[in-house]
Amino acid sequence: MLTEQERHEIQEELKNVPTNQAVCIDALKIVQKHRGYVSDEALEDLSVELGLTTVELDNVATFYNLIFRKPVGKHVIMVCDSISCFIVAGETVMSYIASKLNIEPGQTTSDGMFTLLPTVCLGHCEQSPVMMLDWEIIGNLTPEKIDTILETTVNQPQEEKA
Amino acid sequence: MSMEPVLTKNIVLRTGTTWLDDYEANGGYQSLSKVIKMSPKDVIKEVSDSGLRGRGGAGFPTGMKWGSVLPLADDGLPRYIVCNFDEMEPGTFKDRYLVEGDPHQLLEGLLVAGYACQASVGYIFIRLEYKKITQILRKAIHEAEAKGYIGKNIQGSGWSFEIHIHTSAGRYVAGEETGLLTALEGKPANPRSKPPYPGTSGAWGRPTVVQNVETLSCVPHIFGNGAEWFKSLGNEGEAGTKIYGVSGKVKNPGCWEMPMGSTLREIIEGKAGGMREGYAFRAALPGGASTRFMDESQLDVSLGFDSMKKLGLFSGTGTAIVVDDKTCPVAVCQNLEKFFARESCGWCTPCREGLPWLEGILRGLEAGQGQAGDVDMLIELATNIGPNTYCALAMGAVQPLLSALDMFRKEFDEHIRLGKCPYAHE
Repeated sequence: MLTEQERHEIQEELKNVPTNQAVCIDALKIVQKHRGYVSDEALEDLSVELGLTTVELDNVATFYNLIFRKPVGKHVIMVCDSISCFIVAGETVMSYIASKLNIEPGQTTSDGMFTLLPTVCLGHCEQSPVMMLDWEIIGNLTPEKIDTILETTVNQPQEEKA
Repeated sequence: MSMEPVLTKNIVLRTGTTWLDDYEANGGYQSLSKVIKMSPKDVIKEVSDSGLRGRGGAGFPTGMKWGSVLPLADDGLPRYIVCNFDEMEPGTFKDRYLVEGDPHQLLEGLLVAGYACQASVGYIFIRLEYKKITQILRKAIHEAEAKGYIGKNIQGSGWSFEIHIHTSAGRYVAGEETGLLTALEGKPANPRSKPPYPGTSGAWGRPTVVQNVETLSCVPHIFGNGAEWFKSLGNEGEAGTKIYGVSGKVKNPGCWEMPMGSTLREIIEGKAGGMREGYAFRAALPGGASTRFMDESQLDVSLGFDSMKKLGLFSGTGTAIVVDDKTCPVAVCQNLEKFFARESCGWCTPCREGLPWLEGILRGLEAGQGQAGDVDMLIELATNIGPNTYCALAMGAVQPLLSALDMFRKEFDEHIRLGKCPYAHE
């Protein structure tokens, strides 16, 4: 079942659009914000709320790469692998973080702290190389800067997601 | 080369965002007040006379787009203006720069467009990764609502307009005009076959005008200083100013307002301070990943829509990506095609199947597995994928590759001859 908070947030979004279908991307993101990812159960909850089938909802959820259909870590790191960052830094940022966390891109650390994913151009190319940590953009990355970011992230309470 | 800032006149005044009080103090919302006393037809004529063309890359005349919607019979149902703030073209960050500094400039442009097309609702479609900019826009919308610039019976004109924000959830193809509308409707962002064009059947089947952030940001200035003035701002007969930018191994990557139709040399050497120490310019994609490479001999070509078109080139978004002499052009092509293959929505077979095939051949070349005939296969595939799809994603995807095969043919052949990539990759 959707929580009161989730339902309230979805109803607020519904005020701005003419159909229930139109709110489903927002609804998926609202559920993800509160639950970390979109589970099968979450799709059923949304199906009841919006009058859309779980198939319709899953079709949308799996199309968009920023909606997670699998559990992710407490923090999600998305490293830009598009052209500007590639020219400036090759694949060094991704491989540095992967080796620091001891995981491959696409995986989550065994303590559930970090998920590491590649992503497309983040629109901050003047600051290449760039990554996104829990929806915050961080640019001009260096190994030292990455070390500091990872350390402070581990030691601070979780930020609001999505 | 210096010019009076137009789109950036508030941005250069201060660090951080220009909020409503400062925007109004510098002439803000006076164009809206002027426009709602005019007839929508006259508003569209002024925009047409200004020569404004779409800054998202396609360069479609803005007045013509609006003019296709206005004459449609009023059936009492809504018409929409959708601002495309997806900005997912790799290497592009100009719209973010504009709205981060001056959100009300966009809102005023959106309001003028809304009035001219007699629309009742405006949506700003913004990518999820621009979370900070979304917060800025929300605050700006609240400010404008509180002052009566957005809402019911705006300034006693009898015209009402609401503005809402739609945050996306990723995928490059959602920035394609009709893919964006499908996404706005809450569906996977598969582009639609055209016609019908959004002007007659757009969001929820209603007449819809989709405009890029920078295009809408130009609009208030046309009414502030006149169509003739706006028309005179560009080079080579192009209208207005343009946010040009550059990324890659240049000394000072960034974006700047310059006359429309400026050159790569003016951007790279004049604004970005040239190449970093130890690197030489090899080529640039002038306006994002889906434009054709330009080499040293083309550094002085005007990046205006028409002068580029004459040379078979595309100006795209105007934010250039520089490839230096130490970066392998084949690796650059592989990176680009990996992006396009992954971002294809999968609807049209040539794009869904063809782009991964291209990327696979390029990956093979980079891995030292290149074979005789690979280059011919790349050319054959790229030539046939582009024109046989609903939207321009595939056509854009093959442009950098086809131009690279032309410009760097030797490099491709060398990968096959040596059985490896001759560049030291970082």
